[in-house]
Amino acid sequence: MSPAGRTVRPVSIASFAQMQNVRRDDEHNEVEMLMPVVAEVFGTIGITKDDVDFICSGSTDYLIGGPFSFVMALDAVGVWPPRAESHVEMDGAWALYEAWTLLQEGEVDAALVYSFGRSSLGDLREILTLQLDPYYLAPLWPDTVSLAALQARALIDSGKSSEAEFAAIAARSRKDALANPKAQVAGDRSVDELLRDEYVVSPLRRHALPPITDGAAAVVLAAGDKARQWSDKPVWITGFDHRMETHSLGARDLTSSPSTAKAAEVAGVHDGPVDVAEIHAPYAHQEVIVREALGLDDSVRINPSGGPLAANPMMSAGLIRIGEAAERIRSGQAGRAVAHATSGPCLQQNLVCVLEGA
Amino acid sequence: MAERCAVIGVGQTHHKAKRDDVSIAGMVREAAKAALADAELTWSDIDAVVVGKAPDMFEGNMMPELYLAPALGAVGKPMLRVHTAGSVGGSTALVAAHLVKSGIHKRVLTVAYEKQSDSDAMWALSVPQPFAAPLLAGAGGYFAPHIRAYMRRSGAPDHIGRMVAVKDRLNAIHNPYAHLHLPDIDMKTVEESMMLWDPLRYLEACPSSDGAAAMVLAAEDSLSGGYPPAWIHGAAMRSEPTMFAGRDQVNPQAGRDCSADVYAQAGITDPRAQLDVAEVYVPFSWYEPMWLENLGFCDLGDGWKLTEAGATAFDGDIPWNPSGGVLSSNPIGASGMLRFLEAAMQVRGQAGEHQVDGAGLALGQAYGGGSQFFAMWVVGADKP
Amino acid sequence: MADDSTIEGRGPVTTLATPIRLDFDFTPGIAQSVFLRGLARGRFMGQRCPKCGKVYVPSRGSCPTDGVPTTEDVELANVGTVTTYCVVNVPFAGQSIEIPYICAQVLLDGANLSFMGLIQEIPTDEIRMGMRVEAVWVDEADLTPSLASVKYFRPSGEPDADYESYKEYL
Repeated sequence: MSPAGRTVRPVSIASFAQMQNVRRDDEHNEVEMLMPVVAEVFGTIGITKDDVDFICSGSTDYLIGGPFSFVMALDAVGVWPPRAESHVEMDGAWALYEAWTLLQEGEVDAALVYSFGRSSLGDLREILTLQLDPYYLAPLWPDTVSLAALQARALIDSGKSSEAEFAAIAARSRKDALANPKAQVAGDRSVDELLRDEYVVSPLRRHALPPITDGAAAVVLAAGDKARQWSDKPVWITGFDHRMETHSLGARDLTSSPSTAKAAEVAGVHDGPVDVAEIHAPYAHQEVIVREALGLDDSVRINPSGGPLAANPMMSAGLIRIGEAAERIRSGQAGRAVAHATSGPCLQQNLVCVLEGA
Repeated sequence: MAERCAVIGVGQTHHKAKRDDVSIAGMVREAAKAALADAELTWSDIDAVVVGKAPDMFEGNMMPELYLAPALGAVGKPMLRVHTAGSVGGSTALVAAHLVKSGIHKRVLTVAYEKQSDSDAMWALSVPQPFAAPLLAGAGGYFAPHIRAYMRRSGAPDHIGRMVAVKDRLNAIHNPYAHLHLPDIDMKTVEESMMLWDPLRYLEACPSSDGAAAMVLAAEDSLSGGYPPAWIHGAAMRSEPTMFAGRDQVNPQAGRDCSADVYAQAGITDPRAQLDVAEVYVPFSWYEPMWLENLGFCDLGDGWKLTEAGATAFDGDIPWNPSGGVLSSNPIGASGMLRFLEAAMQVRGQAGEHQVDGAGLALGQAYGGGSQFFAMWVVGADKP
Repeated sequence: MADDSTIEGRGPVTTLATPIRLDFDFTPGIAQSVFLRGLARGRFMGQRCPKCGKVYVPSRGSCPTDGVPTTEDVELANVGTVTTYCVVNVPFAGQSIEIPYICAQVLLDGANLSFMGLIQEIPTDEIRMGMRVEAVWVDEADLTPSLASVKYFRPSGEPDADYESYKEYL
């Protein structure tokens, strides 16, 4: 039995793949976007779809503008003969959580998790407005960047951060992204230079915003013998939890993330040293909030992949954080890592996954 | 080893064409509060919340679990949102069950809903795309050709669909929560109702409802409530591709595999004999004989004979949909969970006027999309 | 009579209209573009799975059962068989065809998957499973890369197909 958050049955991130993140993929439909990613996530460890017992995906219809977008996406896998399969209308990180619960239960030994998000097909700022309370908030059409800016302003006013820190986070992220071939936005610009960017919505300058990204990602989870067969150096999930906050922005302290802190506590982030953290903070200022909630000190390497400021495919960016964190351990750069995913306006819902090498 | 898991609380709304007395949050909370009351628990006793519904475009709210979190007591807790098309009510309950069976949580609240009157589901299903000519006119247009194929294959006489339509509506009279209460319905009124998607008539199709369903699932050491628990004896999901060469849409392989898996877990070799009652997703009348065959209650081609002989009637040897089923209430996202929930009510002995005497083992089934997604469970009065 | 000069007298607000308009681009992808460009030339184009050899029309780019890319383009016949059908008698928003009309699954010759088509030039009570039909296209000048290029299907005059020949495609 595994009490909330703590692994009892070891489950490994056996494989991870992601699409080249781009501003807009005009050429491929969702099936064509996903097929190479699924082929890679299996191919890397020499398995096929027949080697997994469960499939779980994460996506949302409103990015495509039509119902049931997850349905046809399944054709990228080829679920024949029929498979145990499920879908969450959430970031793929939560799809991974659902699959992990089945592996914990012992019902299955291996699972494919995938997600896709085409953020470019409509006006993302407007689309995300539909996540808000449909009676009191959404009819006012506050856009997602403006809500993030309210949060950033509150953070500055509280004395916890500054525009210069936002710029430093953006500079570090885009510089790290130079080493990530899948990144969409990379570059080496100084903080002083970034601080001359125009405001999109004050106090957020252009650099503090995530790019709009089309992307897709996939992970294979494995337990028991399969985990060891498929990798010489398995990366284990040792803690996993996620928490929700209230919806009304006025009822929250936007400068803190109690749901992240709670998930971190339950997942056991502080049971050992953290070498690397992949944080799903789409806006630069949100990294400050999440880092504090995770209780990470300055020694922790944050978002070596470049993070969501380098590529932010909706519904996949959280899953990618888990995959990237696992890759740091697999490559020997880290022994213990934390991955974080978020959903909703101003970090309303947060997930924390702790990963460790053998 | 997986933990045992049981249903210890159920709640549902009075399903109606239009619940304009409540918001979406008010509606889901109504069902959730009823489930908590049934389990004799309060919000703080719940460890996690799992919400399901059909496409977000049905109401125009993207990922509405974010907005619903406070109404469902989910603040500070884990919350998941499932969407697997029409089977979602069933698969939502299964995701919740995994949270208990894995030992991660002790008590999980699961809720499914649809507030169809808040938008136009028919519109949401008919969003123009360059690929599909706008021919379908809703789900009925999708399923009617498959019903015709079933009739051709099985040689079933025309009146079978009408019999199901009458049976389920007369059952619904004994379910106070059902949307449709049609005490005067008979074979003639069904036959005289408007032909919508030939061969399907108006009274052979499900209504469009607002409604919600909720259950509390608990681990063996965390039982509560006035009624006995409904133990989960078997649970499974199966999916197959939406369209492929040689796909049998009348008798999908995914449905057959899903039921075989659930029966194996529950030790069922003869579902008609061993199960006492079944709540099965029958949105159009003919899906009763089709699913009788798909779920292995009879040989291929014989489903309609069971219906005709009255085997699935309330007083038959294997009552199907004593609640009135989807033909009497269809809050889409909740419809699958209602099947699971009604199965649990039967084995807990709390189904009131539509209680099947001595029901000890019950099947709940949900399907979705173009019959490519299935979710099922078998619940029993005895501990597995 | 209720006094509607006060808030109390007006009763609760039960409905709030919040119009939502969002515009989306549609990305057909490589495989569906083959199909759409075919329509613009008055041809049905499908794709064959390299693994199982089945021909899909329209192809979404993958074989739904094998999960591999379909890369070989295949031109299909203009004629096919009605595998099953229904007669639509429901009015709905955005409907452009006069009811009742026949909505059929048409299996084009050479394809392994039927698709939905409108059947015209026949009374609704004369349609049957197995009927042979042909596509009627819009005038050449009006052809576009969309299904609007196909006006409808109509009986081709050939004898009905044998049930055995299409029963796998029901």
